[in-house]
Amino acid sequence: MINPREIRKDFPILEQQVNGRPLVYLDNAATSQKPRQVIDALVRYYETSNANIHRGIHTLAVRATEQYEAVRGKTAVFLKASHPEDVVFTRNATEALNLVARAWGDANVHEGDEIVLTLMEHHSNIVPWQQLARRTGAVLRYAGITPEGKLDLDEMRRLIGPRTKIVSVVHMSNVLGTINPVAEIGEMARKAGALMVVDGAQSAPHLPVDVEALGCDFFAFSSHKMLGPTGVGVLWARRGLLETMEPFLGGGDMIALVRQEESTWADVPHKFEAGTPNIADVIAFGAALDYLENLGMDAVRAHEVALTAYAMEQLSSIEGLKMHGPARADERGGVVSFAMNLAHPHDIATIADGYGVAIRAGHHCAQLLMRHLGVAATSRASFSIYNDKDDIEALAEALEHVNRVFGDGSSRAAI
Amino acid sequence: MAVAEPQFDDLYREIILDHYRRPRNRGELATPSQRVEGVNPVCGDEIHLDLEIGDDTIRDVSYWGHGCSISQSSASMLTERLKGCSIEEAERVMGKVRAMLIDGAIPDDDIGDLQALEGVARLPVRVKCALLCWNVLKEGLQQATTAA
Repeated sequence: MINPREIRKDFPILEQQVNGRPLVYLDNAATSQKPRQVIDALVRYYETSNANIHRGIHTLAVRATEQYEAVRGKTAVFLKASHPEDVVFTRNATEALNLVARAWGDANVHEGDEIVLTLMEHHSNIVPWQQLARRTGAVLRYAGITPEGKLDLDEMRRLIGPRTKIVSVVHMSNVLGTINPVAEIGEMARKAGALMVVDGAQSAPHLPVDVEALGCDFFAFSSHKMLGPTGVGVLWARRGLLETMEPFLGGGDMIALVRQEESTWADVPHKFEAGTPNIADVIAFGAALDYLENLGMDAVRAHEVALTAYAMEQLSSIEGLKMHGPARADERGGVVSFAMNLAHPHDIATIADGYGVAIRAGHHCAQLLMRHLGVAATSRASFSIYNDKDDIEALAEALEHVNRVFGDGSSRAAI
Repeated sequence: MAVAEPQFDDLYREIILDHYRRPRNRGELATPSQRVEGVNPVCGDEIHLDLEIGDDTIRDVSYWGHGCSISQSSASMLTERLKGCSIEEAERVMGKVRAMLIDGAIPDDDIGDLQALEGVARLPVRVKCALLCWNVLKEGLQQATTAA
């Protein structure tokens, strides 16, 4: 059982007031807040263990290396993966996806090959593939979305064929909250001989993830959305794949031998971690993984499903408010995007902020989805372990006020 | 003790809401001499201005687009204030609006209803909403001057 009141005591940032009210932080899909344990781990590293890793002989270098590599192990355990060497640390999920597009895509994707995506992708899972397509002459295909806000699996099945080289799909939509059946899609990809890439930036923080059960080839996510520091991303790759790939970036730490004309590469995963990595933040990310594992991802998920159901119930009673995405809370993550008849998302977010409620308004880096929904922007509330029903009620109170500010006219400007 | 309800009267003044709900000069002109547009890539707000300029005068002006109440009402008020103005006067008004929004300058009656946007200057993230149509106008006036 998650107890948000107890959990909140671990998050110093949540103690503050915003505009004279207690901060209600509902922008977790953008980034989560960090518990004291993570902040302490960061400070402790700099105060006790700071050294460059992997080549040092001295005590601090050994200690820092051990701590850094231990987080690789924890990450593998978190993903239920068997081999820590299949975990590559990057700057963020975006860089992890770019790594796949460059290091696997450039060598294996050719003119006329197809890359299958969906209309609910974040720009980070669109643009790297567009760039790959431009470099190679490959073609992009997009699976659409059903009226209930789910992925159109029939279209997906039709699109994946003998020319498909890569299928890359978001595990949980950052706008609709939709949880996609990536194992099923992975099966389609495998039958077609294509690689399955999963953007787990929204799912890894909120769901139990088992990369081997998902049957994917690559899984990418970010530390900062799951209680960890910014500046750390993860790419997990299926056993053996990283060995077949050329490095993404060249430099120190990724080589075995350097000669005047050419060099040989370090073993995986180090050949993908050129230069001094973000040692401190990786180590603090380990504390975030500990925090989540300690709560249990099943409990995290159960808490967020209950909260999402409560939010959908509260928001459905607000006049002129329409929610996007699947109708059932257990079919979606803790993300609720909505539109209001009378007010634009930015005006909604400004009024919510007056109540100390942090929500997001905009295209959420998902312009293809915005176009599909026929809107320029949405308002979005997204939840985490420290949110409770009071937070939802504060949001609902602010949204009622939106209707009072904008509701007096007979009609609003057509948009 | 209950916390007082937040007030938004300073930002969402009745004049702003009125222009948002009942936009003035919305739509296309039949024969614009300049058609200019601007998008705020961060939020997706969009403003198109049609200008009919001749003899150094804005004979007619209209707008269309979509976005928040601040960006749309600012454009509506712009058209109402500047229709029939000389370019010189338009530039003067534009200077005063920008000074109000960017530097927090105290507005005067010369800018008419646009004074209602004064409260926006205190919300830095919303200033760009109010400025969007003025950036579009600036481009339109530059085009007109170059063409002349």
